[in-house]
Amino acid sequence: MGVAQDTDALVSIQGVVKDFGGVRAVDTVDLEIRRGEFFSLLGGSGCGKTTLLRMLGGFETPTAGRILIDGQDMADVPAYRRPVNMMFQSYALFPHMSVERNVAFGLEQDRVGRAERDQRVSEALEMVQLADFGRRKPHQLSGGQRQRVALARALVKRPKLLLLDEPLAALDRKLREKTQFELANIQEKVGITFIMVTHDQEEAMTLSDRLAVMNAGRIVQVGTPGDIYEFPANRLVGEFIGTINVFEGHLDADSGMVRCAGLDLPILLEERIGTGGSRGETVAIGIRPEKMRIRKIDRASEASDVGAGTDAAPLAANALTGHIEDIAYLGDLSIFHVRLADGRKVQVSRTNITRRRDEPLTWEDAVAVDWDAAAPVVLHQ
Amino acid sequence: MRRGSFLALGLWAGFAFLYLPIIVLIVYSFNASRLVAVWGGWSVKWYGELLRDPQILGAASMSLQIAAISATVAVIIGGLAGYALSRFGRFRGRTGFSAMLTAPLVMPEVITGLSLLMLFVAMESLTGWPDGRGMTTVIIAHITFAAAYVAVVVRSRVAGLDMALEEAAMDLGARPLTVLRRITLPMLTPGLLSGWLLAFTLSLDDLVIASFVTGPGATTLPMLIFSKVRLGVSPDINALATLIVLVVAAGVLLSGWILLRAERRHARQVRAAFRREGAMGEG
Amino acid sequence: MKPSGNAGDADAATDSAGLATRGRTLGILIPTIWLLLFFAIPFLFVVKISLSEAAYSVPPVSDLLVWQDGWPVLQATWANFALVLTDSLYVQALYGALRIALIATALTLLIGYPMAYGIARAEPGMRSLLLLLVILPFWTSFLIRVYAWSTLLQDQGMINNALIWLGIVEEPVRMLNTEFAVLLGIVYSYLPFMILPLYATLERLDGTLLEASADLGARPFTTFWRVTLPLSLPGVAAGCLLVFIPAAGEFVIPELLGGPDTLMIGKILWQEFFNNRDWPVASALATILLLLLIGPILLLDRTQSKAESA
Repeated sequence: MGVAQDTDALVSIQGVVKDFGGVRAVDTVDLEIRRGEFFSLLGGSGCGKTTLLRMLGGFETPTAGRILIDGQDMADVPAYRRPVNMMFQSYALFPHMSVERNVAFGLEQDRVGRAERDQRVSEALEMVQLADFGRRKPHQLSGGQRQRVALARALVKRPKLLLLDEPLAALDRKLREKTQFELANIQEKVGITFIMVTHDQEEAMTLSDRLAVMNAGRIVQVGTPGDIYEFPANRLVGEFIGTINVFEGHLDADSGMVRCAGLDLPILLEERIGTGGSRGETVAIGIRPEKMRIRKIDRASEASDVGAGTDAAPLAANALTGHIEDIAYLGDLSIFHVRLADGRKVQVSRTNITRRRDEPLTWEDAVAVDWDAAAPVVLHQ
Repeated sequence: MRRGSFLALGLWAGFAFLYLPIIVLIVYSFNASRLVAVWGGWSVKWYGELLRDPQILGAASMSLQIAAISATVAVIIGGLAGYALSRFGRFRGRTGFSAMLTAPLVMPEVITGLSLLMLFVAMESLTGWPDGRGMTTVIIAHITFAAAYVAVVVRSRVAGLDMALEEAAMDLGARPLTVLRRITLPMLTPGLLSGWLLAFTLSLDDLVIASFVTGPGATTLPMLIFSKVRLGVSPDINALATLIVLVVAAGVLLSGWILLRAERRHARQVRAAFRREGAMGEG
Repeated sequence: MKPSGNAGDADAATDSAGLATRGRTLGILIPTIWLLLFFAIPFLFVVKISLSEAAYSVPPVSDLLVWQDGWPVLQATWANFALVLTDSLYVQALYGALRIALIATALTLLIGYPMAYGIARAEPGMRSLLLLLVILPFWTSFLIRVYAWSTLLQDQGMINNALIWLGIVEEPVRMLNTEFAVLLGIVYSYLPFMILPLYATLERLDGTLLEASADLGARPFTTFWRVTLPLSLPGVAAGCLLVFIPAAGEFVIPELLGGPDTLMIGKILWQEFFNNRDWPVASALATILLLLLIGPILLLDRTQSKAESA
């Protein structure tokens, strides 16, 4: 096939399609997942990420395409023969079995001898810090404990691949943050390839080596968390992961300048951001709020002040002025909603280095906003 | 796949088992011959005979009256009991209360019938009531076991209802009786209706208990059918069975259609509401 | 504001609360009184009659209390119980009823479980239709459905005709008036009572548990045996009790489908009462049957209460 074979790939998804009664849930997905990697499928509800995961687990059959795990075609391999284990979103712990029996269940299916089985079960429970809870029934455990039993049960068989379906969604916020680190540590320790489905971008960014953003059944972008945040492939990715200010304008390829309606000054792009477009093409430019600087200006000299840079050298590009319409104080940082002359809004964030009462900026202040040429990124539609 | 079709096969075999006798009865109700073994050609003469038989008509009318009255009272008693069981939480004597509602569901009819008769006989000699046995005693007997069935239906129905609705009504200032009239009863109506239908059918169907507690002059339809079929094949019973099946099927189809229509209307309204909301959200 | 207004409000509040409490009491009291009077207390009269002697009178029993020299004297007799527990007819009828009910329950479970499973695994739209098909026969007359089997099972009935036509047998097989016919009739009549509780537990069964089992390497049969079946046991228990208890006292089915050698307690009780007009013996039989079934009945009540609280 034409798909490049990555020798390091454990999972190879090739042109996979899944239709549910005329609705295309997964649309021609090609993806390679490397051995030992923590990979995330990120997207909103209904984007097809869970369906893709369930096809890997063997709970759904692809309408078209192939799935290879460790070089072996999974087409005719039922769920119970795959070298894959899954941690279900609901945990799916057997309510009529104790924690030990739950964890031992998979080993019993493999006819692992009793001594080894007991050994591995207690190791697995120790790993998730539940050594003392083996005789409890699932309903006698807290949500966090159940989650760890599910993890132990899925890992005890030492699968080549562990699938995690929204593993932290059922936990409250504090517990979720703590568990994130535990999950990452365990993955590092056991060295098993993890594929996690999540709708929580923060979770995906924290945990993953690489992640894929999905929308409407397709993969929109694959990359490391840094790649995807800094260089979102399009507007959708930029808006899904973090916040981004978007300006549309005409690109002048020679100068790397973009002139946008409603902005007095053009946006200047650094060379490496690459436009790939020709002169006069309409492009969308995205700038993250934290990559913008904000400062107060004198209302009277507003117009003349626009071009003044921080060191009083006039700027020819990458700046705008407006009024503060709203301030969201988040503790560690504040987000300023700046209204431009034409009514559009721009979000600028700033770390709160000083105490709040020293805040020099307040509602209705006239402000100037500027950014470096490295800040903007071209978004493809 | 193979397992799925195996299951489907078992399922359809099971349905064939359930429906075969009924279909055979319907076919034979049009058999001109009196004998089961002989097909004497198509005929509707048994229907004519059935509808001209004053005994059958009388018994049918008696059974319908008994069923209507006992179903109505059973809905009140069973409805209260079912509501109490699913909403009143722990109350004194709950265990006994619940057991008294479960037992009539499964109690062999010969025991229920005999014991009720013994009660009526003893009451008559003590108080003079009931004066002899007949329709009234059959109605009382039918109310008793039908109420237990109604309680089951209402109990499961109430358990599926959102209690917050009643609390919301109270929070908005509705007095208990208003809550009952405006919120609880309308929500329970489908459950009470199906409970009534169930009680009606059970009463119409009962042979054993009625045989114990009835008296001269009160012969119900099942008692008449029983005396006929005990003597062997009687083709007019085939015709009667066919009529019953037709009435039941029509009733089920009708109520199914009404329910389906209500459900569709509801779904349409919900969709419309979502569309409005969606439009507002985008605007 | 005005004190009077406040007082009125307070009155209304206590009024409402009182009304609610009274409504609650009434809601429990009415069914309780009815069931006590017409369901529980009658058993006491059965016990009373079972201790009396048969007599040529109306009602055909002797009085339990007899006045002698101005003093009431209890004239209870254990004779009816002694007769019922020693005479082989009654003992065999009791044993036969329990045996047939047990076998029939097992057969109903064997047929009903796959059906309930199939319905629960069907597509949601299909499910209600299939469920309706299970319940529908239940709405038509029970008596007539049993009678239908008697015509089918006759020596010249459709089944025998079909068997002969197919060349499977040469002579009609005797089926009507046998224990086989009684078992068939019970299985047929009580099948919905088995399927409905089974369906209820199977439908509630979390599908991801089955997926988790497969994911951990269990083959479909292992998944069924170790996950599905144990989790559906409450439904199995409820279904079996719903079939066994009434079947043990069944009268119509052995009467219409059974033979003279099919001894079941319900039929014997009926005969004692209607044919022999021996109320005390009939009452003794009823008392013994009730004592045998009280355990299963309470068990059924407990499984149902548990299912609800779960």
